[in-house]
Amino acid sequence: MAKKALIKEGTYFDSVSLMSISKDIKAIDGVTEATIVMGTDANKEILKTADLLLPEAEAAKANDLVIVIDGDEDVLDDAIEETNNMLAEKKSSSDDEEEYNPGSLDGAIDAQPDSNLVIISVPGEYAAREARKALKRGLHVMLFSDNVPVEDEIELKQMATEKELLLMGPDCGTSIINGAPLAFANVVSRGPVGIVAASGTGAQAVSSLVDRQGVGLTQVIGTGGRDLKSKVKGIEMIKDMKALDRDENTEVIVLVSKPPAKEVSEIIMEEVKKMKKPVIVNFLGGDSSVVEGTDAIWSDNLEDAALKAAAFIKGEDEVSSAGLTEEEVNEIAAEETTNMSKNQKYLRGLFTGGTLCSEAVILLTENYGEMYSNIPLKDELGLKEDLKSIKNTVIDLGEDDFTRGKPHPMIEPSLRNDRLLKEVEDKEVAVVLMDIVLGYGSHMDPAGEAAKAIKEAKEKVAARGGYLSVITSVCGTEKDPQNLQAQEEKLRQVGAKVLPTNVQAVRVVSKILSDLN
Amino acid sequence: MTKKLEDLFNEELKVINIGLESFAENLRNEGYEAIQVDYKPPAGGDTEMINLLDQIEKLSDKIEKANKEAVEKIQKSEPVLVDVQTARDALPNFEGKMILHAAPPEKWEDMSGPMQGAAIGACIYEGWAEDEKSAREMLDAGEVTFDPAHHHNAVGPMTGIVSPSMPVWVVENKTYGNKAFTTLNEGLGKVLRFGANGPEVIEKLKWMEKTLGPALGEALRKTEEGINLKNITSQALHMGDEVHNRNKAATSLFMREIIPYLLDTDYSNEEIKEIIKFMGGNEHFYLNLSMPASKATMDAAHGIEYSTVLTAMARNGVHFGIRVSGLGDEWFVGDAQKVDGLYFPGYTEEDACLDLGDSTISETAAVGGFAMAAAPAIVGFVGGTVADSIRFTRDMYEITIDENANFTIPPLNFRGTPTGIDLLKIIETGILPAINTGIAHKEPGIGQIGAGLVDPPVACFKKAIRAFAQKYKK
Repeated sequence: MAKKALIKEGTYFDSVSLMSISKDIKAIDGVTEATIVMGTDANKEILKTADLLLPEAEAAKANDLVIVIDGDEDVLDDAIEETNNMLAEKKSSSDDEEEYNPGSLDGAIDAQPDSNLVIISVPGEYAAREARKALKRGLHVMLFSDNVPVEDEIELKQMATEKELLLMGPDCGTSIINGAPLAFANVVSRGPVGIVAASGTGAQAVSSLVDRQGVGLTQVIGTGGRDLKSKVKGIEMIKDMKALDRDENTEVIVLVSKPPAKEVSEIIMEEVKKMKKPVIVNFLGGDSSVVEGTDAIWSDNLEDAALKAAAFIKGEDEVSSAGLTEEEVNEIAAEETTNMSKNQKYLRGLFTGGTLCSEAVILLTENYGEMYSNIPLKDELGLKEDLKSIKNTVIDLGEDDFTRGKPHPMIEPSLRNDRLLKEVEDKEVAVVLMDIVLGYGSHMDPAGEAAKAIKEAKEKVAARGGYLSVITSVCGTEKDPQNLQAQEEKLRQVGAKVLPTNVQAVRVVSKILSDLN
Repeated sequence: MTKKLEDLFNEELKVINIGLESFAENLRNEGYEAIQVDYKPPAGGDTEMINLLDQIEKLSDKIEKANKEAVEKIQKSEPVLVDVQTARDALPNFEGKMILHAAPPEKWEDMSGPMQGAAIGACIYEGWAEDEKSAREMLDAGEVTFDPAHHHNAVGPMTGIVSPSMPVWVVENKTYGNKAFTTLNEGLGKVLRFGANGPEVIEKLKWMEKTLGPALGEALRKTEEGINLKNITSQALHMGDEVHNRNKAATSLFMREIIPYLLDTDYSNEEIKEIIKFMGGNEHFYLNLSMPASKATMDAAHGIEYSTVLTAMARNGVHFGIRVSGLGDEWFVGDAQKVDGLYFPGYTEEDACLDLGDSTISETAAVGGFAMAAAPAIVGFVGGTVADSIRFTRDMYEITIDENANFTIPPLNFRGTPTGIDLLKIIETGILPAINTGIAHKEPGIGQIGAGLVDPPVACFKKAIRAFAQKYKK
């Protein structure tokens, strides 16, 4: 053990900084005591008590800095050097203004006082209380979280209605407010079409297609999937469509949902009657008779809804087609079936977007025949517990059966890729139908990821003398971070057919299946 | 015009994002403003607490109103120093052989080392005992009554010991008429409040009783309206003090006010010189003024039904206790915690007494740790950089109700200090009140050995929430 002192004449540091440095020096292995103080009489007294008042230190003056280290002989010089370094560092260090993340909603309001909307994606059990707080503070809410009790949903929506606020959700995946893509949403131009949607991919599909028609959107408001169920009674959809009806920039309103409960449908259509602006109703798979007695325009599918809205804005009487002619469909089908082997006859639809999947199941059933599914149109067409595909099967991979404990396939493509490779082990598989959903929230290269698996699957089938037809459509815009064209190109490069919409893809698939059977 | 939903469509969208961070990043990427909340489940996911919060939520209208009233009282309070008197005359219900100490209540045998040391010193100082041995016997025999100073409108730093003959500052809340008291600060080193009780300690206390106290009392009585402590604190916050761990500026400001009146007293030049030297040589002299100012302020906000505002936090070296405005005089206690700090040369954590003293009344009243960002000179206590001190204060806005109209912080663009600690917000966010404090040696008589940060125990807030839910159950 030894002691060493260093005096730095005329060097002032405040005592708190010095204590802080002492603490760090004391932590060095072999150092038992490190005292760094100004040479005042009081401090010399302290040094004396601690038996550290070396002669140099005793001679120091009040404005001299005194460093005394006690410890193993071989560490003393290092400790003094380190002290010098730290003294220099302390003096030159400046605070970088770092980003501040408040720890609560109130903290965030303090930090950004003119906030007007809160996105909540915390675990479902805590989501309602955050939403309630936000509404109380007069903020619009997008509730992305699921597993929120329906009683909370009703209470929150009633509260939001009283306060003239949005309560989008729970389980609302997509909204575009004032052009801003919220959660899973595409980048679209601003314009006169307003959408209220109870389904996320439904909203994405219609808004992307409207944009691709060269028309823009005012707002895309998600209500959450339960809004039109009999318990909630469409509180949010009614409030939001009324707001769009009053909004000066919206010229036409599109409602997107699965068919609502009958009594809810009646309430909604009653409200639609009172609207000043034209309303396009897309209750996917529902009955067009709901618009009877109103001025509303029925649309059969997501593509149709988007085209009708665009046509209205453009002042066109005829709805332009995003689609293919009969001959074009036949041509693609012929080309795709040429090299198939005799036993190839079935479809496997592998979807990441729930509404796109519903749309495919409905249209394929109409155009071709019964489809097995995890979201079947009839109970007897449901998959068994092992979730294995049966004959013609169309699966929504975003359903809980598949995502339990795993990320959603729109975010993490491996779930679908693995399934695709598994499906083609079945020699009877002829055609695969897939959706690729772009936009914020989605994977940054979903087509690229899918292309890898498509290539491998096609090779596998080719190796056994067959041909695997892969029919795809991409939901998105050229402004999306992934870029529509670039994504489509990646699919084409591996031999997949890329159709402009899900509806068109389904037409081609129906034709292929008809040709094969 | 009343607000309509569609008004949003013409506003600039500014988003608060709670949860998946990518949602905020995406919006920023598209040129929108989005602030990310560093989300933690409420009450750390503690189901019992969440259920209680939900139950209490139903009373939110009443609570909000009550808390507004409490904070208004805090803001409107005008603590003014009016006199120095003898404790037995000034403090209510202070009779016989009684010694007051830092809250919460504690039995003699359970007290921390420094507090026992100080109690022994008080017995000797009062002449109740000859020496330490006889004092201990008398205390062991239960001949002296102990009570928290808080129960007599008083507060004390560290051990907080007050005995009947000690002079106390008399601070009057001019707005609401209530008074608060604290002994005069003895300085650093071997002092009673850290548990020292040797002859030099007693001698100094006697000088304070005979000369310092009466002289300052006479001087104060010569002022027309007393000395406004709120004003001094406000100014000191602009001069680098937070008036709990740094009182340099406030002490100087106070001296500037008192000295002319002191010179006007009948005391001799020698005596006055000694008094001035004593005040000037003690950088924490003002601590014993900021404390009763805070106490006078917080007592005015106490006893409002349904209010969840904390009106006192205090530690006695064994326990940490809080009082809540709407929950009467009960203390909700947990174990006193270890202070995470910087130590004077020659001392380490091993030597430290657990968290001690009534001085956390400062934080309760929106100064001290809550004004840390105003005191760049002592940022070493909170991590070392000015940014640390700013973060320290900024976090406190999350658990308080209002911002102070009088106490403002230059580095935060003169934003008011976080004011009115809300019990519900503490439980909800899991953010504990930030306390910076001195560290006493665990053995009596050695004194202060460092300073640092301490977290209150969560248990006391949980107990208070349970009591609140129970009391206001329909």
